[in-house]
Amino acid sequence: MKSLADLQKIREQAQKRVNMREVGNEDYRVVVGMGTCGIAAGARVVLNAFMEGVNHDHLNVIVTQTGCMGSCTLEPMVDIYDKEGRKTTYIKMDAEKVAQVVESHLKNGRTLEMYTVNQR
Amino acid sequence: MERLHVLICAGTGCTSSRSLEIVKKLEEVLPAYHLENEVKIVKTGCFGLCQKGPIMAIYPDKIFYSHVTVDDVDEIVKEHFYKGRPVTRLELTDIDEKTKEKIFDIDQIKFYSKQKRIALRNCGVINPEDIYEYIAKDGYQALGKALTEMTPQEVIDEILKSGLRGRGGGGFPTGRKWQFARNSESDEKYVICNADEGDPGAFMDRSILEGDPHAVLEAMAIAGYAIGAQTGYVYIRAEYPIAVERLKIAISQAKELGLLGNDIFGSGFNFDIEIRLGAGAFVCGEETALIASIEGKRGMPVPRPPFPAVRGVWGKPTIINNVETFANVAQIIYNGADWFTQIGTEGSKGTKVFALGGNVTNTGLVEVPMGTTLREVIYEIGGGCPNHKNFKAVQTGGPSGGCLTEESLDEPIDFDNLVRLGSMMGSGGMIVLDEDSCMVDVARFYMDFIVDESCGKCTPCRVGTKRLLELLNKICAGEGTLETLDELESLSNHIKETALCGLGQTAPNPVLSTMKMFRNEYIAHVLDKRCPAGVCKALLKYTIDPDKCKKCSLCTKQCPVGAISGQVGKTPFVIDPDKCIRCGACMASCRFGAIIRK
Ligand SMILES: Cc1cc2nc3c(=O)[nH]c(=O)nc-3n(C[C@H](O)[C@H](O)[C@H](O)COP(=O)(O)O)c2cc1C
Repeated sequence: MKSLADLQKIREQAQKRVNMREVGNEDYRVVVGMGTCGIAAGARVVLNAFMEGVNHDHLNVIVTQTGCMGSCTLEPMVDIYDKEGRKTTYIKMDAEKVAQVVESHLKNGRTLEMYTVNQR
Repeated sequence: MERLHVLICAGTGCTSSRSLEIVKKLEEVLPAYHLENEVKIVKTGCFGLCQKGPIMAIYPDKIFYSHVTVDDVDEIVKEHFYKGRPVTRLELTDIDEKTKEKIFDIDQIKFYSKQKRIALRNCGVINPEDIYEYIAKDGYQALGKALTEMTPQEVIDEILKSGLRGRGGGGFPTGRKWQFARNSESDEKYVICNADEGDPGAFMDRSILEGDPHAVLEAMAIAGYAIGAQTGYVYIRAEYPIAVERLKIAISQAKELGLLGNDIFGSGFNFDIEIRLGAGAFVCGEETALIASIEGKRGMPVPRPPFPAVRGVWGKPTIINNVETFANVAQIIYNGADWFTQIGTEGSKGTKVFALGGNVTNTGLVEVPMGTTLREVIYEIGGGCPNHKNFKAVQTGGPSGGCLTEESLDEPIDFDNLVRLGSMMGSGGMIVLDEDSCMVDVARFYMDFIVDESCGKCTPCRVGTKRLLELLNKICAGEGTLETLDELESLSNHIKETALCGLGQTAPNPVLSTMKMFRNEYIAHVLDKRCPAGVCKALLKYTIDPDKCKKCSLCTKQCPVGAISGQVGKTPFVIDPDKCIRCGACMASCRFGAIIRK
C-alpha cells in the first residue's frame, strides 16, 4: 500500500462486492414475482436479465424477488420502486423487454409506459 | 451472478449451535436448484441476538431468520431463494405494542432499534476473514488519514478531544495514556491489546475479534504511530480459538496488502503485530501481570508506578488498551472527534458494549449509547426476566463490581454514574437476577471465582479472600451469626485497602455491595436461618401439605434416603427433616403440588 489513493481504489472495487447489503441507498429496487406461475412464465429469465443489465452498467439498483404477485395471466410481473417508494408495475416481461426497461427506466429515469400494467 | 447474500453467524455462540453445519448443508442444497452462482454464503461474526441463534440474514431482502436448523435449509432454499417467498415461521419478529401486529423490519425490532453500533458496526455484516470486505466498509482509511495527513501529536489530540475512555474496566482517558507514552523517551515502544477478557459471563471482546479483527489491528497501528512504537502484541487467551484464528488470518492479509509491515502508505512508518497466547488466568488481564506473562514470566502483578506508559514490556514504554477501546479508535479518526462527542453523556462519550446474560429473555451482545438507562437495556432490549418472574437485581462489573436494584433502573449508564450508585461499569458483563436468586449465594459465587484466580503473591488477596469465602459458606450453611456479618464487612475493607493489585482491591466489592443492598437477606440467613429465595440448600425445609397430599406414595419411591413415610391411600405422607438431604426429588415427582419448600 503506497498511498491513500491506492486504498481508495481498492475500496471502490470492494464496495461493489458488498453493495447488496447496503439496503436503503439504492436508486431503484426491482422486485420480480417468482411464484410458481411466474417461474413457469419465465420469471427466472427475467430475473437474470435484470441482474445482467444492472451489473453490466454498474447501476445502483437492487434486484430482488418476491412470491406470487396475484395476477397469473400477467406474469412475469416486475415492480420497480424509486427512492420515494413510488411503484411502477411492468407486466408480461421477457429478456428483450427487460433490456429496454434497464436502458430507459433504470438508466435514464423514463418509465416505459407501453409495458406497464396501466396499458393493459 | 450474485443475487443474494446469505450471512450466517460463525461466532462462538452460533457455532456451538451448529451454524457451520447449516453452511455445509446450504452448499449441498444450492446446486440442486442451480443457485450456487446466484447465492453467496458469507460467514460473519456475532449478530448479537445469541439467544435466538443460529441467525441467518438475507440481503438485499433484509430478512433475518432465527433458530435456524439444518432441517430448515431445504425449505429456505426452495421457498425463499428459488421462489422468493420468505419462510415466515423462521423470521425474526417483534410485536408492536400499540397495534399488536407483527413487526418484521429488522430496524424496528426493539432488540436492534435501541442500539447504536460503533465497536460492533461490522459484526454480523462482513466476512471477518476477508480484508476486502473490511476495506469496503472504509477499513484502513483512518490509518491512511493518520499516516498521510496527521502528525502523531494531532492523532493524540483527536483522541483526547473525543473523550474516549478505556473500555477494559478502569475508564481511564485513552488520549492521556497515549500522551504519557509519547512523552516517554525511548528507542523502542510497544502497543498491547488486552484481549484476556476474564470476567465470568463476558464475551464482548471475543465477539469483536471474531467479527471484525481488522478494526483492532488498524487501531493498534494508529496507536503505534501516535506514540512512536513499531511493534504491537495482541494478548489473547487460548480459550478463544476462533478469535485467534481470525486474528492470524487478518494479520497475514494486512501484511500482504502492506497495511502492516514497512513503509505503510509510503509514510516511512513501520508496524508489525504479533499474537501472544495466554492460559486464561483472570489476573493476566491486569496490565502488569499481563506484561510479565508476555515476557515469559509467571503472570503476577507488580506495584505501580512506574506505569507501563513509562516502563512496560521489556522495560520499555508501553500502552495497553482493551479490545473494545481499540475498536472505537479508527472510527474516531475517520469520522472526527466531534462526531464521537455527540454520542453519550458529559463524562462518558460514545457507546458501550454489554454481554447481557442471566435471567433475561434476550441474552446476547448489545451496544448502546452511554446514558441509556438500565431499564432500556434490561427490558426494552433484553425483554425482561423470562417466565414472568420479578426482577431482583442487575450485576455489573463482574467480580470487581456490584449489584443494583429496581431503584436504579431508570439511571443512565455511564462510568461515573454507576460508581455513584454503588457498582461500576467494568468491562461490560451485565447479569440480570430474578426473584429466585439468593444474593448471598451470588456473592459466594464471585468469591469462589476470586479464590481460584488469586495469583497468591500478596497475603490480603491469597488468604483474605479465602477467609471471606469461608465466612460466606458459613452463612449459607446456616451457621452464621450477626458477628459473622461484622467480620465479613471488616475483613472486606481490610483487603480493599491492602491488596497489591486491582484483583484483590476490588474482590470484596460483590460482598460489600450485596450486604448494602440486600442486608435483610443476610439477616434472614443468620438470624432466621432462612434463605428467602430458596437457594441455600442447608436452610431449606421440605414439608408435605396434608390437605393437598393424595397419599399416592410416589414421592416415597423417589426419595433416595427413605425420609418419607406414610400409608398408601390412608394417611398423608410426612418428611423426616433429620433424614432429608434436601435434594428436591420428591418435589419434582409430586403431581399435586403438595410438597412445599421454604
Ligand atoms: C484483575 C484484573 C483483571 C483485568 N482484566 C482485564 C481484561 O480482561 N481485559 C481488559 O481489557 N482489561 C482488564 N483489566 C484492566 C487492565 O489492567 C487495564 O486497565 C486495561 O487493559 C487498560 O485498557 P483500557 O484503558 O483500554 O481500558 C483487568 C484489571 C484487573 C485488576
